[in-house]
Parts: sequence; C-alpha cells; structure tokens
Amino acid sequence: MTTIAELPPGFADKVLSAQSTFRSVMDAMARPGSVRRIAPVAGTPGPMMRGTAAIALTLFDHDTPLWLDARLRESPDVLKWLKFHTGAPVVQDSSVVSFALIADGAALPPLERFALGSNEYPDRSATVILQVESLSDGCAYELRGPGIDGTAAFQAAIKPADLFERLRINEALFPRGIDVVLVADATVVAIPRTTRLVTKGSQ
Amino acid sequence: MNAPAYNFAYLDEQTKRMIRRAILKAIAIPGYQVPFASREMPMPYGWGTGGVQVTAAILGPDDKLKVIDQGSDDTTNAISIRKFFAKTAGVATTTATEDATVIQTRHRIPETTLGAGQVLVYQVPIPEPLRYLEPRETETRRMHALAEYGLMHVKLYEDIARFGHIATAYAYPVKVNARYVMDPSPTPKFDNPKMDNCAALQLFGAGREKRIYAIPPYTQVVSLDFEDHPFEPYRYNAPCALCGADNSYLDEIVTDDKGGRMFVCSDTDFCEGRQADGHHGSLSAAPYKEKAQQQETSNG
Repeated sequence: MTTIAELPPGFADKVLSAQSTFRSVMDAMARPGSVRRIAPVAGTPGPMMRGTAAIALTLFDHDTPLWLDARLRESPDVLKWLKFHTGAPVVQDSSVVSFALIADGAALPPLERFALGSNEYPDRSATVILQVESLSDGCAYELRGPGIDGTAAFQAAIKPADLFERLRINEALFPRGIDVVLVADATVVAIPRTTRLVTKGSQ
Repeated sequence: MNAPAYNFAYLDEQTKRMIRRAILKAIAIPGYQVPFASREMPMPYGWGTGGVQVTAAILGPDDKLKVIDQGSDDTTNAISIRKFFAKTAGVATTTATEDATVIQTRHRIPETTLGAGQVLVYQVPIPEPLRYLEPRETETRRMHALAEYGLMHVKLYEDIARFGHIATAYAYPVKVNARYVMDPSPTPKFDNPKMDNCAALQLFGAGREKRIYAIPPYTQVVSLDFEDHPFEPYRYNAPCALCGADNSYLDEIVTDDKGGRMFVCSDTDFCEGRQADGHHGSLSAAPYKEKAQQQETSNG
C-alpha cells in the first residue's frame, strides 16, 4: 500500500508549471502536428508519462470526469495520485467524460464510446490523451486543417496503427467529435477534430 | 503584512483551469462559442472582463503584453489593463506590436502583420452574431447547430435594399472554416481581411455573456457577402495627417468648433513607427512638440 506521503509529487510550482504546460498544449492544439515540449516536471505514477502527468495537473479537477484504460485503472498509484492531486472523479461510463487517459493504445476502445458533444454543445466532448511510443521517430504523417499552413508533417510511432482511420468519424460528426492529444514522454502533438490526414508513410 | 494579496495574474487556479479547458475546445471548434463560468473582475462589464480573463489564463512570466483600445496604447482602458497585469503578474509590457507575445485588443487588429509567436485576445461585448436578429439563446444555438444562417443574409440583403450597399461597418459577420458564423467583435470591417489565414492565434473573450471562442492560425475566415455585392473593407479616403499612411485605418479627430478635423491612424504604434522612420503627413506633430520645448526653455 502506498500512503499519501509516498505518492509521486505534483508540480513544485503549481501556478507557473500549470501555465507553462497549458501554453504547450494550447500551442499544440492551435498548430496540429507540431511537436511541443512540456518543460515542468511532476511525479509520474505507474505507467503515466511525464507529459500526461503534467496535463493532468494542469487541466483536471472536480469538474472533469475521467475515464482510464485498463492499464492505468489497474495501477492503484495512478488512482490515488489523480485523486490526491486533481480530485477528478474516475468514472466507468466513457460517454460522459471530459478526458480519457489511454496508456495502452492497442486497447483503445471505439471512439464513438467517448463523449462526442451535441450539435448544440459540441464542446461537451471528450479529449482523449493517448500515450504513444514516440513523437520523433516512426511512421510519417502529413496533416492539413485549421492551424496548419498548407500541410504539417511529423513522425510518430502510434498505437493503434489505424488511429487516423478511426478519427475519420470526426469528418462526418463535425461540429461534434473527439480531440486527441498524443503524448510521448514530455512531448505532445494535438489532433483536434478539424485536422485531416493527407498522407501516411510506411513504418 | 506584505504577503501577495492575489494569485499570479489575479485569477485563482481553479478558474484558470476552467478557462483553459474552454480555450482548448474553442480552438478545436473554430468559431464556436464555448460557454464558460465567467468571473466577476475588478472592472466593470464592458471594460474587457472577458478579454482580461482569457489573458490571465494564458499569460506567463516570460510573456510581453501589449494592450490596445481602438488601436491606441494610450487610452484609459488600455493603460489600466496593462497596469493590472504588470501589477498582478509582473509581466513585461510593451507598445510595440512586433515585440509583444500577447496582445489584448478592444475593437481593432494592429496594422502590423502578426506573427506565429503571437496571440491576439479580443474583448467582446456581444459574442452572438445572430442576437439582434433572434433574441432567444435556445434558437440561436439551434441555428448554429444546423448551420442555419439564412437570417444573417436577409439582414445584409435588407441593408442593400435600404441603402444600396451593405451598410454594416463594424462587427461585420464572418464565416470561420466554412462552418460557424462568428462576430469578430466590434472591429471595423476594414480589419476583417486580417483575420483570414492569420499566422497568430486569435482568442475572443466575452465576460458578461460568458463565452470564449477562437480562430486557430491559418484558418479561412470569410466575410459574408453576395456575388453582386462583394465584401469591401471601408476606409476614409485620406492619408494619415501625422504619418501620411494611405493604407491604415483612420480616426477622425475634431480640432476646433468651426468644422476643422484631421484624420490620423487609429493604430498609434504603427503611426509612431512610421513617423520615427521619417514619414510625415500634412499636419506633423513636430511643431507642437517644438512649441512645447520652446515654452519649457523660456519657463526654465
């Protein structure tokens, strides 16, 4: 049993670390496909990456129901850490959540199961935070959409391999949809619902 | 007691989290107005409480803040907001457009082209472009959901029927990313083309109406119009009296009670920059400065 005192720490400076993390995520969301670095350091419970932990401390609180995938849910440290540092309720029903944390991308559930928002309130939709192996090496992706001057290219090793095929539901659903933040260690790439895949290279 | 009375940038962390989440959704759905739990700020509604909350949520210690009110860095609203953040966040402030990382604006977009490292934060009074056409929030929300914007075109058409041209001169409605019709805040329509494919991120905050919306960089922003009455940005046909610029938006300044008036750039930083570069208009500010200096020497 981990006691509270043994839990991995949160931010050393709550205010400025949250601000800096937010700006990285905001820039990533505003410029899809660009790789942003999250500088502030926090403790990382269980299988949670540095970037995911920083985003959790920056954006989660009692107003944001969370859904965790099996790998994160099975780690008692993760549950305790989230509860202690953010107070966000972890729920079973993925269709009502603000955020979903995915450590094992291979077991990503169908995206339709997450909150998609309504046509009147498309903002009431889930942001899926997906931990991936790498955002610097791997398959080449080319994206277009708002926030991108022409096309944006980045390389990543993403599981599930068909993530962008699955994200095509965003085209038909818009303005409803799912926004994705990919995290690899301390780097992030955001794929908001308006972003479209142009080409995908080989591994 | 010398303990700091406020959190960094005034707002508490829970409020910032809520605003930050709203900003992320606003960026993900360009032009859609995200409701947020707007807080009471230490300034009255109408003085930029929405813009101030957005700025407070994004501002960091490394930022350089510029605040303009109708293009001017030197008006009461601009100075008080600049001082507010200098005091509560200790950030560096500037009046130079190209030096700023965050620019909060009331009713203008700077003349200088904005860059990728900049965020433009608009103060918005009425975020709903359809509000004067349909007072019910439930109805306007449904109209946005269905992209049912015929009413707006009828309004523009009525302008043409009555005046022979689209008489809307400010808060001219735009369509963002071919989906949402959006109010660009009461900027003159002269500024509308600057929003299209802009390199900077544009965030909009309406405090009293509790809405945040955004235009991501490099996003298509089209001013609504008709094939036979295309959108035309309006500009008074005169050069700036101080710097001679013939491509900037002008303010009309009444100079006496006999009908005298002059037209000067509304963007003070742009105008001063041009004057420093040696551009002069018909009424250079120099004689007044010289006169003031002469008086100073004679007094001293």
